[in-house]
Amino acid sequence: MVSEKVTILNETGLHARPAALFVSTAAKFKSELLLHKGEKQANAKSILSVLALGVTKGTEITISANGPDEKEALSKLIELIKSKFNE
Amino acid sequence: MIYDGIAGSEGFAAGRAYVYKNKQAGIEMRTVASEDVAGELSRLEEGMKQSRIQLRSLKEKISLELDEDKAQIFEAHMMMLEDPEFIGTIREAIRNDRANAEYAVKKTADHYISMFEQIEDAYMRERAADIKDVSSRLIRNIAGLTSKDLRGIESPVIIVAHDLTPSDTASMDKALVLGFTTDIGGATSHTAIMARSLGIPAVLGLGDISERIRDDDYIIIDGLEGKVIINPSNEQQTEYAGKIAEYRRMREKLEGSACLPAVTTDGRSVEISGNIGTPEDIDDVVINGGDGVGLFRTEFLYMNRDELPTEEEQYGEYRKAAVKLGGKPLIIRTLDIGGDKKLPYLKLPEEMNPFLGWRAIRICLERKDIFMTQLRAILRAGASGNILIMFPMISGVAEVREAKKVLEEAKAELRSENLEFDGNLKVGIMVEIPSAAMTADTIAKEVDFFSIGTNDLCQYAMAVDRMNPKVSKLYQPLHPGILMLIKNVIDASHKAGKFTGMCGEMAGSIEACIILLGLGLDEFSMSARSIPAIKDIIRNVSYEKAREIACKALEMDTPEEVVEYSRDVLRRLNL
Repeated sequence: MVSEKVTILNETGLHARPAALFVSTAAKFKSELLLHKGEKQANAKSILSVLALGVTKGTEITISANGPDEKEALSKLIELIKSKFNE
Repeated sequence: MIYDGIAGSEGFAAGRAYVYKNKQAGIEMRTVASEDVAGELSRLEEGMKQSRIQLRSLKEKISLELDEDKAQIFEAHMMMLEDPEFIGTIREAIRNDRANAEYAVKKTADHYISMFEQIEDAYMRERAADIKDVSSRLIRNIAGLTSKDLRGIESPVIIVAHDLTPSDTASMDKALVLGFTTDIGGATSHTAIMARSLGIPAVLGLGDISERIRDDDYIIIDGLEGKVIINPSNEQQTEYAGKIAEYRRMREKLEGSACLPAVTTDGRSVEISGNIGTPEDIDDVVINGGDGVGLFRTEFLYMNRDELPTEEEQYGEYRKAAVKLGGKPLIIRTLDIGGDKKLPYLKLPEEMNPFLGWRAIRICLERKDIFMTQLRAILRAGASGNILIMFPMISGVAEVREAKKVLEEAKAELRSENLEFDGNLKVGIMVEIPSAAMTADTIAKEVDFFSIGTNDLCQYAMAVDRMNPKVSKLYQPLHPGILMLIKNVIDASHKAGKFTGMCGEMAGSIEACIILLGLGLDEFSMSARSIPAIKDIIRNVSYEKAREIACKALEMDTPEEVVEYSRDVLRRLNL
């Protein structure tokens, strides 16, 4: 199991296009991927769960990955967030 | 009869109503025999497949017509259909509750819909509408019903409905739609967003307007005031014909005049610039007719990374911005971090009062290494354009002297390294701390310009936290006390032959514009979108009149009086 903290920097937070990009990227990996915001968590492959988490700009979240491609998955998702989803 | 609703998209439309009934037939719960569960799961699969095909084709159709962003809505709907939690829950309902597929979808969708509708964020509540839309589609496909759509429109009409979803509007002929009016919804609804992107009016949230209007009724919708008139009288029709013509003239004026200079009717010229967060934001500023950039926030270079940005990285971004603007002025603000804005690699202290704490220039003067790197990068970029530098959070002239000393050190270093830079870079400060505003006379002798950061100036001067809902009403930039501080700063700069700009939100405020102009403000810097409207006001008023108005405002007792006066002035000038 690997995990990493990251802050959401793009203007709209994890909404709309960024959320979709995040979820479709997560869906490519075999590992179980979870998004943690404070006490709450969401399945990173579920668009509704990710949206419901309500992650806004400036929020710090933790992404955890568990499975055969966990390291790759985690690093890809972190990179996506750090690059502000190319906004 | 006139009905009041929410103005979702501005403009006017007068024409025949096309009433679109899209009520969904009731979904009944049937209990399925255990041997039929597999069959129900198949029906679900089939319904999902059909929905996917429809959504894909809708997405392609929209992509060809509008921009990619609108088509993304259907991409999002497709993602919902693939959502493992959503679909998993539906399948469980079929297996465990032995519900029929339609009901299983409805029950699951309702759960998500109510969850989203309860979230405080307006955007999220609108996502509930997306779930409704996609689950309706899924249910209709499972049941084998054909979707009703707006394809039947053959002449220009105003669409009237209970609500309009992306699926509804996807199939309509846009050229024939004059406007929308719906029972529910508001400024952030899909209907409003779609109307704004088509440039047509929308009046929403009228409650039961779709029951009151009959197909083919002649109606007028007013997207500025949020009104709908059914079967208007001749008088009303004439009145609105006038309003429509007026509106059209105003739009043409705004669009045309954005790129003209901001000069008053009696010849006083001011600069209307944009506030940016990254070099890419400059495009918007230029499109909206900005004369330059009055505030380039540099924090983006420091945030969301593991270590400080290097001089080369910073130089690259500053240079990019300077080049994008051609010779237009670019005011770069040095690092304004601290307090609430955390940088994990800087180990900023936990403070009781971050807004009155170790931040911005205070950090830079203590951490000279950080400051030098940024100053060197800005100086070097100055060789590629018209850059000015601005120090934030200055409380008095001592800090100015210290900061300028470091700047000179940076110049000396660059000179000895034979690196190209702008040795005559103009230096200014952000006036946001009252003690600096009050001693502007002294500071004016040692800087080239001021830029008033009204957001923080007002908070510090009025002891109000804008973000605190309990007191945010007290935050009033048009408070006579704040106006006096502003006047003091402007006068001090002019006495010393320097200029004063403003980069706080007040600069883009239509209510404050004429007063600020009359106080002698030389530059107004705001978000790009506000530029055309502010330029329009400047071009339609005389500086002499503005000065009179500013004088009157300064004599008033309360901010409420100033606001009322300002609105009255704008009304009388027809602005």
